[in-house]
Amino acid sequence: MSYLLLAIVSPLLLAIFIPFFHKWFGRVHTGWFVLPLPILLFAYFLSYLPETMSQKRVMETFEWIPSLGMNFTAKVDGLGLLFALLITGIGALVILYSIYYLAKDKEKLNTFYVYLLLFMGAMLGVVLSDNLIVMYAFWELTSFSSFLLIGYWYERERSRYGAQKSMLITVFGGLAMLGGIILLYVMTGTFSMTEIIGTSDEIFNHPLFVPALVCILLGAFTKSAQFPFYIWLPDAMEAPTPVSAYLHSATMVKAGIYLVARFTPVFGESSVWFWLVGGVGLLTLIWGSMFAVKQTDLKAILAFSTVSQLGLIMSLLGVGAAALHFEALDDNIYTVAVTAAIFHLINHATFKGSLFMAAGIVDHETGTRDIRKLGGLMQFMPITFTISAIGAFSMAGLPPFNGFLSKEMFFTAMVQVREMNIFNLETWGILFPVLAWVASIFTFVYSMILVFKTFTGKYQPEKLDQKPHEAPVGMLISPVILAALVVIFGLFPNLLSGTLISPAMSAVLPDLLGAGEEFDVHISFWHGPNIELFMTIGVILLGFFLFKTYPKWGKIYGKLPQKLSLNRFYDGLIEKAQTGSNRLTNSYMTGSIRSYLVYIFTFFIFILSAALIRENAFKLDTSNVSSIGIYEMVLVLFIVVGSISILFVKSRMTSIILLGSVGYTVSLFYVLFRAPDLALTQLVIETISVALFLVCFYHLPKYRKLETRMRFRLTNALISIGVGAIVTIIALSAHSNKLFDSISQYYVENTYVEAAGKNMVNVILVDFRGFDTLFEITVLAIASLGIYGMIRLKSDRGKQG
Amino acid sequence: MLEIIVRIALLCCSLSMLGLIYRVIKGPSTADRVIALDSIGVNLVAITALFSIVHKSTAFLDIILLIGILAFIGTVAFAKYLERGEIIENEPNR
Repeated sequence: MSYLLLAIVSPLLLAIFIPFFHKWFGRVHTGWFVLPLPILLFAYFLSYLPETMSQKRVMETFEWIPSLGMNFTAKVDGLGLLFALLITGIGALVILYSIYYLAKDKEKLNTFYVYLLLFMGAMLGVVLSDNLIVMYAFWELTSFSSFLLIGYWYERERSRYGAQKSMLITVFGGLAMLGGIILLYVMTGTFSMTEIIGTSDEIFNHPLFVPALVCILLGAFTKSAQFPFYIWLPDAMEAPTPVSAYLHSATMVKAGIYLVARFTPVFGESSVWFWLVGGVGLLTLIWGSMFAVKQTDLKAILAFSTVSQLGLIMSLLGVGAAALHFEALDDNIYTVAVTAAIFHLINHATFKGSLFMAAGIVDHETGTRDIRKLGGLMQFMPITFTISAIGAFSMAGLPPFNGFLSKEMFFTAMVQVREMNIFNLETWGILFPVLAWVASIFTFVYSMILVFKTFTGKYQPEKLDQKPHEAPVGMLISPVILAALVVIFGLFPNLLSGTLISPAMSAVLPDLLGAGEEFDVHISFWHGPNIELFMTIGVILLGFFLFKTYPKWGKIYGKLPQKLSLNRFYDGLIEKAQTGSNRLTNSYMTGSIRSYLVYIFTFFIFILSAALIRENAFKLDTSNVSSIGIYEMVLVLFIVVGSISILFVKSRMTSIILLGSVGYTVSLFYVLFRAPDLALTQLVIETISVALFLVCFYHLPKYRKLETRMRFRLTNALISIGVGAIVTIIALSAHSNKLFDSISQYYVENTYVEAAGKNMVNVILVDFRGFDTLFEITVLAIASLGIYGMIRLKSDRGKQG
Repeated sequence: MLEIIVRIALLCCSLSMLGLIYRVIKGPSTADRVIALDSIGVNLVAITALFSIVHKSTAFLDIILLIGILAFIGTVAFAKYLERGEIIENEPNR
């Protein structure tokens, strides 16, 4: 196993030892043992930069199940490396932050770091696996570890609710994705991502193309909290803040983005992909930003803003995929959307991580996250305020922070949509820039609310549990680093362009590059007075106006009907699923044997007659039927009269006797058809069972000994006639369709020669086919022991009671 | 000649069987039914014997003996049941 593969699973391996560290070195915060690993990994992945910058990729394989084409293949290319650096880099910062955030003696640190490491390993596996099945396995591991982390404070009801909700939604998407992967395997015959991209031209016209596309997108949308699956993300805010910062802003929710980016070379050329990814992304963007304004909880604002920003990246990827339609790289202006998506992906990870950490600090130092209780904290926490301001201004898209640059590029890409002459964009394309612009205004408003409602305004000490003060230094290190990155990327964006963005773009849009070419990404801070700049100015002006007048128009949200919310729909769905399945089960599981027999026999009739009709199997052939004698007719008459009169007699005693007489007549049939052994056994057994029936009859309770005739029920009559008819028909058809001769001639010839017996029936029973007899004996033994046990246990219990 | 006689005999047995079954169904008392059943047993003996003649076989003679024993045991059991309400009585000291 090479170092690369070992690096991917190293968090999982370390997770095994965390409980021991916790137990043996209880005085040291367990997080210190975890911290070196992501730093090491970050440094290790940095060493891959030169290779990806020269458009190369590294592949390492560990054979797992080669016979099924499932191997643990790691592939490091621009996109995978970008994500791996994000995961390990922000992972290190989050672990550092959590060391100061989680108290050593109050929290269950061993489980926390085990879950976190599981998650980190799983996430690295998702972004670096080339084999789709392995990628799916890691994908599910992220879902599970996220479930565990959200439910970290499992004694709280809201945590459990949030964990269950995120689990249900993401696992639903994960399973859909597995379906998509299998469909891709059906189309291409391989699980390798690289090979699938190589055959993308063939699968474009395959009938399974659209189903596979939709399944993969379902996985991506649920994981990345796109409309309408975003609802789990705000509820996942019950997790500890480091978890929210790491999973629910920087890494896990970007797994869907990663998936979309990864599959763009496969599916990107289709219009379905463009409209689904672009359209859903845009819808999520505006929906999330509008709802973020309404929230009063810091983390809820951040959750909805994450939803909205993820929608932004998703819509950019959708629009960027349209670039695949234009073969040449020269003047292919549409690739700017992909550039913007990747750039904003990095930016969002930095500013959202710092914002979450700042919100965590506010929570930690004041005891609340409710912005109605907060205010005027600037004087107490100047550093936290600075961090929040930088993050929020970047999120709002203000210069000189990195959010400004990616927002400008976002507008550029959206404006360019109108110039595309594909997918009916001439008519509907106008929606893209307009929606994007409106969403940006809302983004501006909630970013301002986030900062100014918390840190400025009136200080309300009476509403706070504790006196606010600045956080300890250790807690501030990570957000300060992130905020510094926000500024650095804002001022020197070209640090990223050649190193990370260009290699990642070549992974998303591989077909556009000729040999030796690379994307020339140049992000300029000032690009002249063009339409994007005026849009940004418009956002700022209108956003500022809306922020000032928010108390007046904010009430509109209260008037929106609660019933329309998607949470209500989700809760209703869960509730309906439970009551519905309960009702369904209760409706047919009546507990009455009669109804189960009705189901069984109805099904029996239905399935057999359907098979008969389908195969056209009914046949009546009387060529080898022997003639019917007078004796048989008489005996049949007896049996028929006896059986039918059982149905109509009043007394149970009579029916028992009638049953006995039917049995005796059957033994007469055996006599008639020359089966003396059968007749002997039949007579004895019939006598004994009639006696047993009489015993049962005798022990019936007195008050239930109502001697009534059997009630007539139409269903019963129809079903019994149906069963009788179908069995008769099948018997007739089976007899008429005899395909082979009987093998009995062998027994006739060999009974005496081979087995030294003259009674052929008995020789078959004990010699030719003695095994059956052995087990029939066993059956009788079990039955007799069972009866003995039932009687003895009952009489013993009677003694005790 | 023998064949015709056997057939006539079988017919007679069947007719009496029908009558006995009528009595089993109709009753009116349980004792009537039990007697009818006992007679059915005897009838069965006769029919089996006649069949043996028809089949020209001695394989069914065991059955005749068995029916005799069973009919006897069955009738005795029924009689005891009707009289005592129980077939196998518990030991008095239990």
